[in-house]
Amino acid sequence: MSDTVKIATRESYGNALVALAEKHDDFIVLDADLAAATKTGTFKKAYPDRFYDCGIAEQNLISIAAGIATTGKKVFCSSFAMFAAGRAFEQVRNSIGYPHLHVCICATHAGISVGEDGATHQCNEDIALMNVIPGMTVINPCDDTEAKQAVEAAYNHDGPVYIRFGRLATPVIFDDSYKFEIGKGVQLTEGNDVAIIATGLLVNEALEAAKTLKEQGINARVINIATIKPIDRDIVIKAAKECGAIVTAEEHSVIGGLGSVVCDVLAETCPTPVKKIGVNDRFGFSGPAKDLLVEFGLKADNIVAAAKEIIKNK
Amino acid sequence: MEISTKKNLEVTATAVRLGVIESVHAAKSGHPGGSLSAADILTYLYFYKLNVDPKNPDDPNRDRFVLSKGHIAPGLYSALANRGFFPLEELKKLRQIGSFLQGHPDKKHTPGVDMSSGSLGQGISCATGMALSAKHFKNEYKVYTLLGDGEIEEGQVWEAAMFAANKKLDNLTAIVDFNGLQIDGTLDEVNSPCPIDKKFEAFGWHVISIDGHDFDQIDAAFSEADTVKDKPTVIIAKTVKGKGVSFMENKASWHGSAPNDEQYEQAVKELNEHLASLK
Repeated sequence: MSDTVKIATRESYGNALVALAEKHDDFIVLDADLAAATKTGTFKKAYPDRFYDCGIAEQNLISIAAGIATTGKKVFCSSFAMFAAGRAFEQVRNSIGYPHLHVCICATHAGISVGEDGATHQCNEDIALMNVIPGMTVINPCDDTEAKQAVEAAYNHDGPVYIRFGRLATPVIFDDSYKFEIGKGVQLTEGNDVAIIATGLLVNEALEAAKTLKEQGINARVINIATIKPIDRDIVIKAAKECGAIVTAEEHSVIGGLGSVVCDVLAETCPTPVKKIGVNDRFGFSGPAKDLLVEFGLKADNIVAAAKEIIKNK
Repeated sequence: MEISTKKNLEVTATAVRLGVIESVHAAKSGHPGGSLSAADILTYLYFYKLNVDPKNPDDPNRDRFVLSKGHIAPGLYSALANRGFFPLEELKKLRQIGSFLQGHPDKKHTPGVDMSSGSLGQGISCATGMALSAKHFKNEYKVYTLLGDGEIEEGQVWEAAMFAANKKLDNLTAIVDFNGLQIDGTLDEVNSPCPIDKKFEAFGWHVISIDGHDFDQIDAAFSEADTVKDKPTVIIAKTVKGKGVSFMENKASWHGSAPNDEQYEQAVKELNEHLASLK
């Protein structure tokens, strides 16, 4: 993988905003003093007149975006996941969610891979928080290609959208022929021995795990779930029926994230053994992102071990 | 303001107060105190100031009003019903299952409601977003928002205040319903935000202080706000909580409780007597 192109999805976000602005003049972008980090700064540089900084005031940021949306205009607003989904949760729920306004909340620096900044900034709870808001669409893209398409899809959507981007540069998985669609999961490998349902940063690890498993005679079906809400129930149920054992993998708490959503679907329709790979109900700590992913058991090796274990329960 | 206009507004404000009493009594819950203190301001806005059309409530060029102190929904609903946005009979369905008159304003289902509100502090931010949108996309409409004096204890109010001044949003006017009482007691007893005028001034706003029950002063303040350039305006309206119903006036206990049948009869009698005195 050494020659693989790596791009952080936050970079994809900034670039996608510029591309979108070239085609549409009916949206503006807001940030809360983190433009350089969230990469709305890329947009700000290209379109300074269409960018507004709310300063370090995320609650106001979210409600300002809601007010703009009521006037029929489109708006992207950004901060770190910890502050957009966490600090301003109630603003997202009441100002945006309850009136079902079309606001694109684009949160970066999600998950443990924030790295050195440590636990206060490593948000492993944002997907859970956004999932429980009625009518919210929750998207966690896995690479540059998917992230850019998700931004455009969010612009064209009607209603509130939360998109989660990462800080860490990650391999580009899809080429330009890939077509992202809100609510659709994508099967990436063939296999019926076990299904690995992954999202975001862990999709690439799932693909690596599938290679290792194949060498050991196990055919794993890797499924990429970018839209966590609404979940693609069909692809999940089909995988459960055809594979009989599932590993979920995400850079998020095992409580309330993809793993929980998959279990909710299967408990009602097709009870199936599931092993969840994620952050196990604990806070993070400082360190290089790559090392933290190892510390928190979010690597291909962990997925391989989980797959072999869950197959025994079939 | 012409005497006849002023008199008409006073009559209408009394009708708005009657609607508040009717709806809260029918619901057996709700917030009459603040609805009555703000009734004159709501009447001025909906019957004199705002460029709105009950027949076209979603007109993109209309002026916007955000009830940041969303709990006085009965006041807003009564003003909207009296203005013709929906039938007066709807007021008696306040807070009932199936009614679009929710306990706090619901933008999606209530004609004339520009923003859902009720969680304090968020409305002024939403209004600021509307004002920013108008400036950015070069729309002429103006944005008004009504805050409670207790509400401005919320930190988000000051985040919005800082932003609106920084972005020079002179198309935004906030009104503070300064009735001096909140749920747990007087502002002083709880956590006073005073001096309110100096705080907004320090945040870069144009500040006007008035008697919030005097239509001449109300009109002069809103007219002055129209002339202010490059900064938002706040009108600090000194009011009496429960205004117009003798036993509700200046009592924090009427913040969020409904009159019983006897109290209802008394309140309606007083308001009708006031109405008769105006005619």
